[in-house]
Amino acid sequence: MVVFALTFIAPLVYSVYLSLFRDQLVGGNVFVGLDNYAQAFADEKLLEGALRVGAFLAVQVPIMLVLALIAALAIDSKRLAGSSLFRIGLFLPYAVPGVVAVLMWGFIYSERLGLAGDVNDTVGFDLMTPLSGDWILFAIGNIVTWEFMGYNMLIFYSALRAVSHDVYEAAAIDGAGQFRIIWNIKLPALRGALVIATIFSIIGSFQLFNEPNILKSLVPTLITTFYTPNMYAYNLSFVGQQVNYAATVAIIMGVITAVIAYVVQLRGTRGGAR
Amino acid sequence: MTTRHHRRAMATGAAVVGLALTLAACSGDAETTPESTGNGGEGAETNDALDAALERGGDLTYWTWTPSAEAQVEAFMDAYPNVNVEVVDTGGAADNNLDLQNAISAGSGVPDVVQVEYQALPQFVLPGALLDLSEYGFGEYESLYTPSTWGAVSFSEGIWGLPQDSGPMALFYNKRVFDEYGIEVPATWDEFVEAGRTLRESGDDVWITNDYGGDAGFGTSMMWQAGGLPFQIDGENVTIDLQDEGTTRWAETWNPLIEEDLLADIPGWSDEWFTALSDGTIASLPIGAWMPGVLESSAPGGAGDWAVAPMPTYDGEPATAENGGSSQAVTAQSEDPELAAAFLRWLNASDESVEVFLASGGFPATVADLESEEFQAYESEYFGGQRINEVLVDATNSVLPGWQYLPWQAYANSIYPDTVGQAYLSGADLNEGLLNWQDQNIQYGSDQGFTVNP
Repeated sequence: MVVFALTFIAPLVYSVYLSLFRDQLVGGNVFVGLDNYAQAFADEKLLEGALRVGAFLAVQVPIMLVLALIAALAIDSKRLAGSSLFRIGLFLPYAVPGVVAVLMWGFIYSERLGLAGDVNDTVGFDLMTPLSGDWILFAIGNIVTWEFMGYNMLIFYSALRAVSHDVYEAAAIDGAGQFRIIWNIKLPALRGALVIATIFSIIGSFQLFNEPNILKSLVPTLITTFYTPNMYAYNLSFVGQQVNYAATVAIIMGVITAVIAYVVQLRGTRGGAR
Repeated sequence: MTTRHHRRAMATGAAVVGLALTLAACSGDAETTPESTGNGGEGAETNDALDAALERGGDLTYWTWTPSAEAQVEAFMDAYPNVNVEVVDTGGAADNNLDLQNAISAGSGVPDVVQVEYQALPQFVLPGALLDLSEYGFGEYESLYTPSTWGAVSFSEGIWGLPQDSGPMALFYNKRVFDEYGIEVPATWDEFVEAGRTLRESGDDVWITNDYGGDAGFGTSMMWQAGGLPFQIDGENVTIDLQDEGTTRWAETWNPLIEEDLLADIPGWSDEWFTALSDGTIASLPIGAWMPGVLESSAPGGAGDWAVAPMPTYDGEPATAENGGSSQAVTAQSEDPELAAAFLRWLNASDESVEVFLASGGFPATVADLESEEFQAYESEYFGGQRINEVLVDATNSVLPGWQYLPWQAYANSIYPDTVGQAYLSGADLNEGLLNWQDQNIQYGSDQGFTVNP
């Protein structure tokens, strides 16, 4: 409880406290009430960043989770040769430090030195331009999917392992095929895991920071300082020395994330009860 | 890697030339005479005090990202065995500033001596984070340094550091590529743009230079070189005019390069950049005088191809600007300011130390070294035997006076790609981007309590 208070409650309270002040280079620290919040809700940069991670969430998370689900079902089907190799192979990207992963992908994406450039040279026109305005968000989504698909696959897979084999045998005796088993047994058994994975992914999307922040050195104008709300808060706080406003942005994004995660959980569990 | 960070910092940085000159001019009449006599006597006393501190000894922490720092400190501790200096490699200017800012806010873990880019000095001086070295009689070292670097460390009626290096801009060009495409070394910016067209018309992957719109240090240096004075700071009053004559002159010259897609969109300091410098994809670079060391270490494939010329001009008058460069300063929170000041004095004002710095390929800020025959007569093998320092020292003497940086330059630079850089993305008018940058800086400055005039 003490640990919880120190590591969770205290920073939260302190952030809220910070968000009520404004510390200026000239004039010092003054209490401004809810001014920072008023400013944040009218802040186009914050809105742009929030909408961007929202769009990212809507596209990337379903793709990643469906892929992870397919992989988990495939491994669980026991029909896959070398399934343990497959499993560890998919999970391995999660073990690669995020920074290293992004640097590696940044190199692959490079149109001068990387794979994208080689492909373009081979086909004779600019087929792959991952680091251009149209594709950069997809390029980031690809990295995130690569990084976290295996992790989600493992969550699903362990949920599937918890299903008793008696159930499958009973189903087989009743004449159920593989797809019937997946639809009627495996997917319902996965509901809890799906809800958890979705919530984790939502939180992860709203906190998108590492990937765009590192790719920024390759495309400094495409990825702005307010590309995601987290990048915006970081730049405000550590470069702009606007700690108070950064705290405000962080709190607002935290509340939004919590609300969405809560709604997902509520819907997920209510559906289960029905 | 260290070198890369170091140079990166210098590229985004630059010096504040004329500030001190203006200030000297303002405060000159009434105070100069009594102050200088006072300083003379005080200087001798404080010199004694500093010498005594070195004898007494103690512990110091020194934050830096200069490659030669370890070697310099070793030489120092050999000479003064009672002093123990711990060198902390901060990796680069950005991290260095961040850590310093955090340590100062936290009130603990602040180093005694710290490397600060010229352009970042105002933002630390303003909140009182640095020690005014004039109280230790550092005013007497003015004559050791070039006017532009001394101007960068002495402003707001104080001396806030000692210059380590300088980076007057020159035009580095790939002679092999220029010859191959029949291009003369451009003496004016019009010729430079024309050369850019010639290269692109060849259809090869070869560009006059790279500029992605992401490097504020380059942009501000180019405004400076065009005679722009967009930032004027007088205490808490800040004037921002990114449409003044010089700045728009640069924008008008640069616009065709952007609109006609004549600039390689390769970000500086990336692997692609070094490759492009090695193989001639980038044919020239208007950049600081510290570039030879970077080329030698990071673009070995370009050996024998590169040469250096004075910056192209707008009207035939030689003119250049500082691009990057750092000083070392003593923090206000240092527990042993006398010892820290004594170390700093040795670090940037002693021959022993500067020699070590030069051996590592640095470009000095000290007049004696710049003017020394040995330095100027040096024939660079990488540059095909050219006496590059003659050109670069000349550049030192034509740095335009009067330039000032914003007291929040680090933040301003961070949003440069968001604003000015967007013009590069869309091939739009640079002036729009400059105006956007101006608006956001006015907003930020006002939020921070400054009186900002457009």
